[in-house]
Amino acid sequence: MSGLKIVVLAKQVPDTHNVGANAMNPDGTVNRAALPTVFNPEDLNALEMALQIKDRVPGTHITVVTMGLPKAAGIITDSMSRGADAGFVLSDPRLGGADTLATSYALSKAVEMVGNVDLIIGGRQAIDGDTAQVGPQVAEKLDIPQVTYAETLVNVDAKSIELTRRLADGIEQVRVNMPAVITVTGTAKPCRFPHAHRLIKLDGMTVETRNADDIKPDLERIGKKGSPTKVKKIQNVVLAHKESQQVAPTTEALSELMGSLIAEHII
Amino acid sequence: MNNVLVYCELTENNHIADISLELCTKGRQLATEMNGRLQAVVAGSNIKEVAAELYPYGVDEVFLADDARLSPYRTLPHFEVVLKVINEQQPDVVLFGATTVGRDLAPRISSRLQCGLTADCTALELGDHTDTLTGKEYKGILHQIRPAFGGNIIATIITPENKPQMATVREGVMRKEIFDANHKGTVAMVDVSDKLHAADKAVTIIRREIVEKSINIKGASIVVAGGYGMGSKENFQLLHDLAHLIGGEVGATRAAVDAGFCEPERQIGQTGVTVRPRLYIACGISGAVQHRAGMEDSAKIISINTDPNAPINAIADYTIIGDACTVLPMMMDCYSNNLK
Repeated sequence: MSGLKIVVLAKQVPDTHNVGANAMNPDGTVNRAALPTVFNPEDLNALEMALQIKDRVPGTHITVVTMGLPKAAGIITDSMSRGADAGFVLSDPRLGGADTLATSYALSKAVEMVGNVDLIIGGRQAIDGDTAQVGPQVAEKLDIPQVTYAETLVNVDAKSIELTRRLADGIEQVRVNMPAVITVTGTAKPCRFPHAHRLIKLDGMTVETRNADDIKPDLERIGKKGSPTKVKKIQNVVLAHKESQQVAPTTEALSELMGSLIAEHII
Repeated sequence: MNNVLVYCELTENNHIADISLELCTKGRQLATEMNGRLQAVVAGSNIKEVAAELYPYGVDEVFLADDARLSPYRTLPHFEVVLKVINEQQPDVVLFGATTVGRDLAPRISSRLQCGLTADCTALELGDHTDTLTGKEYKGILHQIRPAFGGNIIATIITPENKPQMATVREGVMRKEIFDANHKGTVAMVDVSDKLHAADKAVTIIRREIVEKSINIKGASIVVAGGYGMGSKENFQLLHDLAHLIGGEVGATRAAVDAGFCEPERQIGQTGVTVRPRLYIACGISGAVQHRAGMEDSAKIISINTDPNAPINAIADYTIIGDACTVLPMMMDCYSNNLK
């Protein structure tokens, strides 16, 4: 069987798991400049799944697509050093300010530009929004099935792919006909490391960029214009304060505390 | 129409899931405020009985799709059902659980309808809005409030121009409350058999291994929770010992779960469960906003921490500065002695 054509959707995200004191501007907006950026963790799981498919189906070609600022090129070189074949950054101010609906529209147009794609694989969600919406929305726009929460690759042939899904209360094994969109959870196999020889080969490579015109979109449907959701208000999280009573870690004090909790029928 | 539609999920034995009843409770409040009706859509197989489970929560109209191909849940067959009901009923607001089902289905629906969708809302309110550019006024639109950016900020999202206004809500965030035990609604059958043939083909379920939830921290009246500060899985046993002694359940922070100290089902906070127990004992928990969001409504909070400046102490009723591994055994002794 000839190889499959795969697009991996990846995102460069601010590292929200390591937010410092200066992460927020005084007006409550995000100070993106103060945040280190990372490869969205679940997109790395997605890349690994694509690479596993490539391991099983010789001749498979993986293109990594990311939408963002030009500096997101780092995502592409990182992916290629791990085994992806090609990639490009979709970058254009007209695409900025997009919510998930406008983002998924632009990405679906980018997938169409790549053309004849069998599988579109992405992380379940990105850590800067945690919405998990873009995968299913891309699938709907391309009018193809979706398998979300995918965890392990069971089998793949020329027409279909078999996967397990990680659900809240268990697992489900499904087979889906291609073309299809797959979103991968963080519990899936971690991504393999970059190869040294690939890193050397990629050294100095210029990552391709595409702009909005390249994907031939309906301009009304991209960026802020194409986004029905608006942010009305942003507030910093305000901590509630209580008068808290200090209890010494002594038998006497703890005995009194436990005694009063019993008396109040709390325990 | 000023109606609110709730997409209802079913448990493995064909009852309405808790998350959906929680959404109905919230949906009832919104529908009443909007002078509209509360509608529910359920898709499954052999589900004629479920409407009666929904009425006490204030549901006025139940839309039932009953077909073997609708159980267990698969995206495309359920997509056809929900799409048909929304297109025919034109509700103003549609709510989904932020579950593996709701998070799979809702975005696909929003993409087809080209409307907004706000994920993981922690509050839903009706309010007004004036567009600062056009001056256009919107009355009684849905304010969809959610933590953003890893929980460090709270954002209010609106979709003023597009209907329906759609949101997902995590389990346990809204309270489930009987509206009126005698409330009665109507049932209408939804027929999508013409669409199901194609929708049925795309994905085949080969195997399912679903386990009934054995841990229920959401309903516990006492929660003994541990953070990364507990240090090890072995030390976490102390929490189980105290919980067992005083009749509580063990909870944990994301960091403790990530470190492998306990099962993911015990995680409390924005990406876990929301709890409101009578007593919350926080052991070795610093109190990141993401964790506090899931427990700050607890009636009484005790914090045990070596760090006097731990943010959790600010919301605790009692603060014990010390190592939980030393303090917990002492508390257990004191409890037993007090009962004598």
